[in-house]
Amino acid sequence: MSVTVIKSGMLTTLQDRGRYGFQHYGVPVSGAMDLFSHRIANILTANDADEATLEITLRGPRLRFEDDSLIAMCGADLSPVIDGMPVPEGKALRVRAGAVLDFGAPTAGCRAYLAIHGGFDVPMVMGSRSTYETAHLGGFEGRALRPADVLPVGGAKSSPYPGLAQQIASSKLNFSAPKWAVNQHIEKLGRSPQIVRILAGRHWDAFPAAARDALLATEFRLAVDSNRMGCRLEGSAAVTGGPAEILSEAVTFGTIQIPPSGKPIVLMADRQTVGGYPKIAEVATVDLHLLAQLRPGERLRFELVSLAQAQALWLKREQEMITIREAVGKHLNE
Amino acid sequence: MLTAPRLVPMGDQALIVEFGERIDPALSAQIVALAQRLRESHPIGVVDIVPAYATLALHYDSAAVGAGTSPYEALSEIISAWLKTQSVEPVNAGRLVEIPCCYGGAFGEDLEALANNRGLSVDEVIAIHSGATYHVHMLGFVPGFAYLGGLDQRLATPRRDTPRPRVPAGSVAIAGEQTAVYPLDTPGGWQIIGRTPLQLFRPTASPPSLLNAGDAVRFVPISAHEFDKQTKAQQT
Repeated sequence: MSVTVIKSGMLTTLQDRGRYGFQHYGVPVSGAMDLFSHRIANILTANDADEATLEITLRGPRLRFEDDSLIAMCGADLSPVIDGMPVPEGKALRVRAGAVLDFGAPTAGCRAYLAIHGGFDVPMVMGSRSTYETAHLGGFEGRALRPADVLPVGGAKSSPYPGLAQQIASSKLNFSAPKWAVNQHIEKLGRSPQIVRILAGRHWDAFPAAARDALLATEFRLAVDSNRMGCRLEGSAAVTGGPAEILSEAVTFGTIQIPPSGKPIVLMADRQTVGGYPKIAEVATVDLHLLAQLRPGERLRFELVSLAQAQALWLKREQEMITIREAVGKHLNE
Repeated sequence: MLTAPRLVPMGDQALIVEFGERIDPALSAQIVALAQRLRESHPIGVVDIVPAYATLALHYDSAAVGAGTSPYEALSEIISAWLKTQSVEPVNAGRLVEIPCCYGGAFGEDLEALANNRGLSVDEVIAIHSGATYHVHMLGFVPGFAYLGGLDQRLATPRRDTPRPRVPAGSVAIAGEQTAVYPLDTPGGWQIIGRTPLQLFRPTASPPSLLNAGDAVRFVPISAHEFDKQTKAQQT
């Protein structure tokens, strides 16, 4: 089983939940920027939670499925079409061998996640299939996809959605989809300004009140030089007056660093493991996917929550994921 | 043991144990020893343990930590209690890693300028750099990159005005009061004084990094001929 890359798109990489257990060797975690959408795509395709998905950025690739496949796309709406016919996101899709998937204009969000039943069969490197381009690590040959790449797909572990296979056999289209879809909070992706909840960081108190107020009151824009390492933010007010440098120490997914320019940088999936800029705050894990889905120029605002609130919100999100898994599970034999 | 460490949250899925606020090889060795022992005890829900100069970070999965109160409170209590029972003696005392280095020439383009700048001869720079024992405080920046402490003040030199777009893997360099080896081909502004034939980061090896926090490091001068020989030996 395989998928052939005809066009690579802007930046298409294989990502999973991330590479843990090696940060003390300086190895970044990487993984999907929007883990929420990545997880739902794997659930919809009856995959194990550790399978990799394709992270597709703004302008999507053109892919040909060489075999009958079960796929799902979640996250940003990048106007996917199969052989000219628009296909829905947040749904399991049965596609026929030879079907060509294309993407059009990005209409909401920045990153879409494509999962395939059986998973992309690339080697595990340090326990993960995530691509970390800087060190040419993991994913497909340690890099973003290029035209003519052939992505191997793992063997089917079961035969989910038998009804979809029957439906496609009698259809003129190259795909079939069920009537139901997963609600993936996509309505939040267009919100402007996006509201992102944060927790006070280790150096919160080392910044003057004016700087903390600026962080909470300023409407920031995502700068064009943002990438998988970090979201760089621009706003009318600078966050200044804190310590210029700290003794380097660990950072995490969502750490908000304040460099001397006063323009916050939110560390994302490919962040370095340690950093020397003061850490004014951290983004609540429950809202990280909202940042991952912002496009350059889009606006956001921070809202302060307590650690207890952030942890309760995350446990609630984990419950939601269980509910989604169970709900999808009820359809697997249809 | 050390003064009572302070635990502070870093977001909702990590915490930092703070032991001090200064660069001190003795403190660093104790933090590294604790990190190794903690890793061997596999605390539930902890996914990464990252030592730094004066801190130890624990990344955790709050849903896996679970517990009645809050995940942070629960894990903090476990770690605080654990810390009180621990010895800070180094686990593998005195691991010394020797790094062969071919100084100068095409491998160390900045060596001569650095020597001139410091009022030293090239041979003196090599003797000073290879005469010291360095301490690995932590790894970071890129995979396998070791923050080495212990550079002789006489060699401290600012970064280059213009960074190079590509510094080859294995380059041995100086910036400010630090010396380091580039594990990967990356852009860089450090003063390049030599190159090692050793691979500092090998993704498929276990462990993937030649150096680990807590190691002692010495540079051993080698000839260009020896460099080629060792490079070939590594490839087979």
